[in-house]
Amino acid sequence: MPTSTQTTVSGPAGAPEPDSQPESGTGQRPKAVVRPGDRIFSAATLIAGILILLILAGVALFLLAQSTDTIDAQVNDPSSITGGKGFFSYVWPLVIGTLISSAIALLVATPFALGIALFTTHMAPRKLAPVLGYVIDLLAAIPSVVYGLWGIALAGSLTEFYLWLSKWFGWIPIFAPDANGDVSNTGRTLLTASLVLSIMILPIITSLTREIFLQTPRLQEEAALALGATRWEMIRMSVLPFGKSGIASATMLGLGRALGETMAVAMILSPGLLTASLVVSGNQTIASEIAQNFPEAAGLRLSELITVGLVLFVITLLVNMGARAIVAKTSVKGS
Amino acid sequence: MFSYSKGIFVKLKHLAPSAAILAAGALTLSACGGTSATGEEASGGDSDLQGTLTGIGASSQKAAMDAWTADFASENSGVTVNYSPDGSGAGREQFLAGNAQFAGSDAHLDDDEAKQGKEACGADGAYEFPVYISPIAVTFNVKGVDELNLAPSTIAKIFKGEISKWNDKAIKADNPDADLPDTKITAVHRADDSGTTENFAEYLKATAEKDWDAEISGDFPKDFGGEAAQGTDGVVQTVSDTDGAIGYADASAVGSLSKAKVKVGDEYVELSADAASKVVDASDKVKGRSEGDLAFDLARDTTESGAYPIVLVSYHVVCSSYKDQETVDMVKAWEKFVVSEEGQKSAAESAGSAPLSDDLRSQIETVIDSIKVEG
Repeated sequence: MPTSTQTTVSGPAGAPEPDSQPESGTGQRPKAVVRPGDRIFSAATLIAGILILLILAGVALFLLAQSTDTIDAQVNDPSSITGGKGFFSYVWPLVIGTLISSAIALLVATPFALGIALFTTHMAPRKLAPVLGYVIDLLAAIPSVVYGLWGIALAGSLTEFYLWLSKWFGWIPIFAPDANGDVSNTGRTLLTASLVLSIMILPIITSLTREIFLQTPRLQEEAALALGATRWEMIRMSVLPFGKSGIASATMLGLGRALGETMAVAMILSPGLLTASLVVSGNQTIASEIAQNFPEAAGLRLSELITVGLVLFVITLLVNMGARAIVAKTSVKGS
Repeated sequence: MFSYSKGIFVKLKHLAPSAAILAAGALTLSACGGTSATGEEASGGDSDLQGTLTGIGASSQKAAMDAWTADFASENSGVTVNYSPDGSGAGREQFLAGNAQFAGSDAHLDDDEAKQGKEACGADGAYEFPVYISPIAVTFNVKGVDELNLAPSTIAKIFKGEISKWNDKAIKADNPDADLPDTKITAVHRADDSGTTENFAEYLKATAEKDWDAEISGDFPKDFGGEAAQGTDGVVQTVSDTDGAIGYADASAVGSLSKAKVKVGDEYVELSADAASKVVDASDKVKGRSEGDLAFDLARDTTESGAYPIVLVSYHVVCSSYKDQETVDMVKAWEKFVVSEEGQKSAAESAGSAPLSDDLRSQIETVIDSIKVEG
């Protein structure tokens, strides 16, 4: 929960004398005033807090309950699962595909997002900055179907680029051409899907980091400039360290969207077997696999797909927990 | 291409079958209830049948089903027909569990299911008959090539990735006069589980078993490689965007793309509605079934002149007997409409299917007439 990280941050500043015990000292301290509004407010926040936990638990329970058939099949007759080699050999290529596409999306989007955020907060002319902000936010409002259509159109024109990549950088496994020395003829590869994903997560990361950069204490910035720092040095010394934990959170939110994005990937990617090369066709992500096979699935296949969904749920949970841990660590160091 | 969200919605209902029926009933727009056919050749205007029919099954029938339900409603304003396109497997399962009055299925019942049909429908079991015959086109996009002849083994090798250039010997052998370019072949298949893939694979297995050694399933065999695209629209778009592409898709969706002629016996047959329904006429019924069970073992390897063997045949599965007269009347009226000339024509217009032949229709009508009240 977010509160835990906040307490570690505000802890040292809040209580200079930790030995004053509130329980025993009730007699001396004046009783806090509680008006009806406070009760309603605290009850409302409590309900909201509990509700989100209940919903999460509900989703997890639903996924688990629907997965029982698959777990049963995995234990008794692994060959009945799609692919014929048990659930894990079915799911791991999907997991890898999901992680690769999200990682690429993040690698491409984060530097761009930071650049745009810094430009709008610190570099752009006063009049241009808000306009840029609106435009970026607009990107977030485009439905993923539209991104999918656009991605398909984009894919065709990327084939030349992929051919060039495979010619000069083919020695890197992810740009290697196939056995005939060719790359995908349609361009609908995992790399194309990842690039479209990166544009889809760009607005989230940009908006959040922009808000954080705006919070940088003016005094620190001016102090840096007064000491003779250039604009870049000022940003490096005051803005970026201040926003470190915020940048990490923003990136993680972007990652969340990339991991779960369904429609655009399902439309763009030409799925196939797991391949190391990202410029030939192949690979598949979890969300897209579920979307493509759900409409015609029944019985065990349906249960398999829901179990795959459970795996994605667990991955997202792990990634978020990891991210929280990182944020907690960096923010303590930073303060 | 965008139908999956609806699929999910429907599927969630399917997870709780009893709720599905309620929800389906509640959600139905009483389609065109008031607009009964005005003075057209409609059979006696508005009938006085009352009630709701629920069907679950193949998504391939969706477009035809929309046309059928709308037309049927205009003649029988008291009857509401709900169809959830949850997939063939789900349709058969739900029907046999008694949760639907009829099922739509891209495959006929297997022997186990036919036995279960006796529990669900009484001694005569379930009746099934083809209602929707849809030819599958092998469509290609090669600059400078408008006509193409392909033998089954050539098709199999292309989709298996064994033939990689358009000027390959095997393709030349099928097209001695054509000027084939040195373009790379991009074979495009369906990314999603689909009846089209299953029927296409069945055809290749029956006609080119040596080359097509994969198990038949709605999922295209992943080891064969090639490009995949989502849905019929996805395949058609990918083929039309890519020079040197070849794919298979519902003939109605192919549009202006070229369609290959397929080798049957010694000749190359062009795709047409007549050629597609000819295959069904040339096929034998599945053995050991009740008289009302018009399940066909499709003669994919037929040598009948002028028959086009790559077809998807979708069935309706109904009960031989229902609990009350009302349901019997409704099912009879509905299914008779579906297989009628008018029904088949409207499916052909909206979904591009091939109409049933008159001979087959009269067989089906006999079966429908024999549906009765239980006991």
